[in-house]
Amino acid sequence: MIDPWILGFSLLTVGATIWMGFRAARQSKTASDFFVAGRGVSVGWNASAISGEYLSAASFMGIAGMVMSSGYDALWYPVCYACGYLFLLLFIAGPLRRFGAYTIPDFAEGRYDSPVFRKIAVVFVLFIGFFYTMPQMKGAGTTLAYVFPGLPYWAGVVVVGSVITLNVALGGMKGITLVQAFQYWAKMFAISIPVFVLMSVYGHYGRQLEANGVGGAAAGAQAGEASIRREALPPKAPADAPWLNPFGPLTTKAAKAVPPTYTYTGATVSERIQLNPPATSGAAAKDKDPVVVVVPVGGDQTGMTFPVAQIVRSYVQAVGTEAASSGPVELILAKMWADGSVRLDVRTLSTTPRASEVLGFLRTNGVLVIREGAAYRALPEKETVVTRLDPKPYALLYTYSLIMALVCGTAGLPHILVRFYTNPDGVAAKRTTMWVMILIGIFYVFPPVFGLMGRNLMPELYSGIGAKGTDKIVLELPKALDRIASTPSAGSGPGVAGATAASAPAGGAAGNAAPQGLPWGSILSGITCAGAFAAFMSTFSGLLVSMTGALAHDVYGRILRPQSTARERMAMFKLFAWLIGGVATLLGCFVEPLQINFMVGQAFAIAAASYFPLLFMSVWWRKMTMRGAATGMLAGGIAAVAAVSVTNFSDLGWVNLQSVWLAHPLLRILCEQPAIWAVPGAIFLMVIVSLRTQHELPSDTRMKMLVLHAPEELGLKAEYIREHEGH
Amino acid sequence: LRVIARSGALWYIARVPADSPSPHPADSSSRAPRSREDFLHSEGFLRELMSRQLRLSVLCALAFLSMLVGLPLANYFLPELMARRVGGGFTLTWFILGIGFFPAVWLIAWYFIRNSMRLEREEVQTVAAKSGAGTAENGRRASR
Repeated sequence: MIDPWILGFSLLTVGATIWMGFRAARQSKTASDFFVAGRGVSVGWNASAISGEYLSAASFMGIAGMVMSSGYDALWYPVCYACGYLFLLLFIAGPLRRFGAYTIPDFAEGRYDSPVFRKIAVVFVLFIGFFYTMPQMKGAGTTLAYVFPGLPYWAGVVVVGSVITLNVALGGMKGITLVQAFQYWAKMFAISIPVFVLMSVYGHYGRQLEANGVGGAAAGAQAGEASIRREALPPKAPADAPWLNPFGPLTTKAAKAVPPTYTYTGATVSERIQLNPPATSGAAAKDKDPVVVVVPVGGDQTGMTFPVAQIVRSYVQAVGTEAASSGPVELILAKMWADGSVRLDVRTLSTTPRASEVLGFLRTNGVLVIREGAAYRALPEKETVVTRLDPKPYALLYTYSLIMALVCGTAGLPHILVRFYTNPDGVAAKRTTMWVMILIGIFYVFPPVFGLMGRNLMPELYSGIGAKGTDKIVLELPKALDRIASTPSAGSGPGVAGATAASAPAGGAAGNAAPQGLPWGSILSGITCAGAFAAFMSTFSGLLVSMTGALAHDVYGRILRPQSTARERMAMFKLFAWLIGGVATLLGCFVEPLQINFMVGQAFAIAAASYFPLLFMSVWWRKMTMRGAATGMLAGGIAAVAAVSVTNFSDLGWVNLQSVWLAHPLLRILCEQPAIWAVPGAIFLMVIVSLRTQHELPSDTRMKMLVLHAPEELGLKAEYIREHEGH
Repeated sequence: LRVIARSGALWYIARVPADSPSPHPADSSSRAPRSREDFLHSEGFLRELMSRQLRLSVLCALAFLSMLVGLPLANYFLPELMARRVGGGFTLTWFILGIGFFPAVWLIAWYFIRNSMRLEREEVQTVAAKSGAGTAENGRRASR
């Protein structure tokens, strides 16, 4: 059933965004309007606009979903999304602004006087763009599947993809300051208001956190307060301790999947045993009697290791004499291994109720039973050393690689730098940057609260997959309010008591109003849906404009047909908009099983390995040559694309690499989070190749460095351009 | 429109000196012909410029990186301390990462912005001092 409130709020946002986009696009006719958009705009508006462009579906929906599914480790995402901005500010933004380069291909061409390099650099606008649009599409599909229950995921992706593509092709949805600024405040409102209402009803951030973890509930009971409402966790949910603490499921998954190794330290005692199947000796030797036959196979036909053999034998005897009424004949094949252990090849056993009985018997008799595929391996417990892979060092590596990808990657996102300095004057630009950091920082405090409360209140989402999984927690969590209102007596006693007790002193609007009949849960859920629409619509259209611009301008306008007219390019812009929108929508249809935030992290990793080294080294190292820069950028970027693609193909089940990942967990981590090797690798290549091609160093490097680093007031940029025109 | 806009980046900059009344080297070169130019384009000035800015950036980056590198290390080696509950039910490490990081980053950004603006002012003044009175006036006007 479609909820009218949710539908209403969603339609309102879509309508308002499109309307404002078209209105603003009509007003700004000339090309320079785009870049000079900030000229007549105050610092506050401009900062809001930049923040609005930055907060994508990953920020709005993905973080909450990932915090819910993975806990503490996922907090690195919001923190680094915000902190990456600082890195950009410290090393790259200032020089790039002085240089007058607003896009990375612009910079690549200007710094090395090489139109060829521009064409190479443009490739990664597309790579990063597609990796960034996939999670936006997943957000769109998830939201539409939520708004229209029963709508398949792909249909939502196709609808949103077509609407936005049409919009971009028709010239709306440009990066207009007013629209973007509105989007920021819409998102901020949509994420914060529901959090405050929910916290006033269910308990604040810290108390929600306290409920997770050993002793949390007990401490609450001791204090005599009503405990935080918590639903029972389904089996798929991670336990409290790994969820709450660092190095949880996200970072340790690869290492934890590796099966432990067992080393048998005991002596091999051969014992000849007569394995007389009890079926033949038993009194009732009917065909259908449940009989366990132990047959040693391979090697020494009768040699078995003590004490396993003895236990198995006694078990056989025990079962043989009991002779229950019916059931299949179970065949246990015992195989002696080189280390003296016995492998029980339990055919058909695993599917019968007897399996647990046999295994339970062995375990209580000091036998370690290890399942290896369809077979079981038995080892004497006392004489076996179990070595598990310590997942913590792997998790530390994963964490650092993730931090590196996110912090360095922010600098290389194609749609960020364009907007970074729309202010024409340096002082205002810096003040804007400060405000941007404050605005996005405040925003990023909220999504994890959704994830945390989702874990306590809606753990059933852990069992969902794809669009029905944790990624929709931001949309669905406010609905928890309706549950209290509709079933006041059915809920757990202390939970409801806690809720009302918490809301009474707070005097929250929802707590008081819920009994009066207004569906506050639906209203707030509608608000978060509106925020989600704002998030993926703004980012998808921003990316679509960047990517289409790159194709139409750089690929068509400069490579394919340099002599094309403006009208032809305009036509090609529309064509490419459809092309890229179509590809992005198609890709979006495939990625339902992947987490939104995870995919955005991959886009950051690619940016970190390609554009970040290019920008960082070109700005601060004078000896960089075009060849060095191109080699490093291409190698780092392509390696990162390959690594994350392999990870995704494996996770989507297109290629089966499970055995490889299990054998080499380190390889899995390095593929999933490639930044830690790809970024230094790219920089290393840049240095090596540049040093070998020093003769190609541009003659006016010093002048370029001066333009990059000298204060704008000295007017060096103008001087530089005049010199260039003179040549 | 966007097509033209993208090509506009450099052209836009190229247009600026023509429209804007901002300090222009051409104004001053007639009065202080060689000294300012020579100084501005000297190896020493560029070296000083880059090293001063890099020093500030690296200083701020180190403060920032010590947080980014330090927190996982603290989690790794001091798990009990980091899991301790602090005020309001937060664990220490959740409080640092979920809330505390943001103000710390604002502080670093604020420090950087303030000091980089000061650096730029000083650099403009240094150049102005090297050249004639006319440019000094320009430098002051620009640094307002």
